[in-house]
Amino acid sequence: MTEGSPELARLLLKHTVEEFLYREAELLDERRYEEWLDLFTEDVHYWMPMRRNVPRDEPEREFTRPGVDVNWFDEGKDTLTRRVRQILTGVHWAEEPPSRICHLVANVQVLRASPAGPAPAEVEVKSRFIVYRNRVETETDFLVGKREDLLRRVGGDWRIARRKIVLDQNVLLAKNLTVFF
Amino acid sequence: MGDASRERVGRLVDVEQGIVSREIFVNDEIYRQELERIFARAWLFLGHESQIPRPGDYFVSSMGEESVILCRDRAGRIHVFLNSCRHRGMKVCRYDEGNTVEFMCPYHGWSYGTDGALVGVPFARDAYGNDLDRARWGLIEVPRLESYKGTIWATWDPAAPAFLDYLGGYKLYLDLLLDAWDGREGGTEVIGGTHKWLMPCNWKFPAENFSGDRYHGVSHRSVDMVGLGPSGKGRRDTQERNESRWLDVSFPDLGHSMIAFLRAHDAPIAPAYQDAPVVAEYFRQCEEERRRRRGAEWRLFGGPGTVFPNASPLARQPRTLAVWHPRGPHQTEAWRWYLVDADAPAEVKDFLRHYYIRYSGPSGLTEQDDMENWNYAHAASRGTIARQHPYNYEMGLGRATGAFEDHGLALPGMISDVTGSASESNQRGFYTRWRQLMGARSWAELAAP
Repeated sequence: MTEGSPELARLLLKHTVEEFLYREAELLDERRYEEWLDLFTEDVHYWMPMRRNVPRDEPEREFTRPGVDVNWFDEGKDTLTRRVRQILTGVHWAEEPPSRICHLVANVQVLRASPAGPAPAEVEVKSRFIVYRNRVETETDFLVGKREDLLRRVGGDWRIARRKIVLDQNVLLAKNLTVFF
Repeated sequence: MGDASRERVGRLVDVEQGIVSREIFVNDEIYRQELERIFARAWLFLGHESQIPRPGDYFVSSMGEESVILCRDRAGRIHVFLNSCRHRGMKVCRYDEGNTVEFMCPYHGWSYGTDGALVGVPFARDAYGNDLDRARWGLIEVPRLESYKGTIWATWDPAAPAFLDYLGGYKLYLDLLLDAWDGREGGTEVIGGTHKWLMPCNWKFPAENFSGDRYHGVSHRSVDMVGLGPSGKGRRDTQERNESRWLDVSFPDLGHSMIAFLRAHDAPIAPAYQDAPVVAEYFRQCEEERRRRRGAEWRLFGGPGTVFPNASPLARQPRTLAVWHPRGPHQTEAWRWYLVDADAPAEVKDFLRHYYIRYSGPSGLTEQDDMENWNYAHAASRGTIARQHPYNYEMGLGRATGAFEDHGLALPGMISDVTGSASESNQRGFYTRWRQLMGARSWAELAAP
């Protein structure tokens, strides 16, 4: 592997993507929500479908559809921004007192980069998450699943232009979803 | 009539004084009795016809704690079956919804047609001879089922009153949810996807909240500050409410209730849905049409309510139907369906869908705070000391009238005009019916004078 080789470029790309995702998790866990919002493009689509139990040979029905069905989330930056502003009011009782939240991001895979070459403008990234929430005294949620992100390079850094969040639950076991993914 | 439980629930629920014991929320024995005397007896909401449009379509629902299959058979007839094999009890369907020709039990292989008939028994001839009477061993089916304006309801009690009698005068208010916006009867459908989530509280917390709690504005202050309504502010469009009389409507002998509104007799159509001109114009035209069709009744519009015991319509903004399934005294599984006019333009449906999602359920900005409050209200009511001190439901005692009238428009129900304020008349009505059902051994005893 030599400097300028495709392998090295792929490693560097994966490294910058991972650094970006870890930085994002850090902002969330440090409750720096407004800075977190800045990581999204203005046209972001933030989507968490619900998951149905369906026969193995009917996988197309497993997920509720964006733009058509009721989902857990199916929104753009405007609603995400309102969610952040709500937490910051200090009277959003579901997050007041604030939860202790920890995001673990793993299994980062760069699935596609375009255009090909050392400096792609967009990359599709898949990862796994464990979001741990503990609040008040003993209340604890483990939210585990996958994310599929479209990252876009804006001014030398990545921005999230699309995020699909697959939560591996059917009936939601948490009483609410006041955490971000 | 000398039922000991009647005296007991009478002590626990003193609606005349506006006092309700915390025991009824946290006591294991009372919970078990609720399953028998309320959930095995009352009409319960199961799903919507638009979820099972074709023969063979099914949707797995719940009645009380128990899983049931809502199914349209090959001949197009709707059934509700207990989701449990007659042989050894295994669930015969562990999918949420779909289309099938049969339900086969994965334990020993008994299989049932979409009409519930036992159609397949492995080794039937060799193992049973010809002695198994298949006609006796079909899926257990509810004795009573009603499809009302697309919504499907059922009860396990053959002696229950007819569904429309069970609704009584509340029909007018449930119709505020189920009729088309332009005043035609019926015509609603549900959007795909049913929200399902667990809440750590007794099922009566959400049921009574929806029955008529106008008082919990502080719960949702953060939403009012941020704004998520269809005109960009608050939780919903407020002008039409502000120009109306606020009516708490309760049917204590039925248990149903709704937060309703009555426009002034000469009120114009208030602007709404201002975030999207196409949507705003659609609703304005619907309101004009509704006024033309319904006359004075156009003035009435609805809010949250509860059909006793655990189905809660939210008639207007957002337009939803929730069910609070009991899952033990300390846990509730909430399910919610989202309704739109079936023939509304796609742009209107999509606008509403976005609004519903950001308002409702565990990911909705508004209801997130409800869950927090019900969670810790319940938790803080379980203690030895806490249980000795009842909740207060005195607000607006004695203010309701059974003869409400406004400019010639008479409305059914016990009605409190709470304009600019609130009452707990609806909650008292809910617990009046709860006390009746819990204190009676049968529908016959309930109906006795």
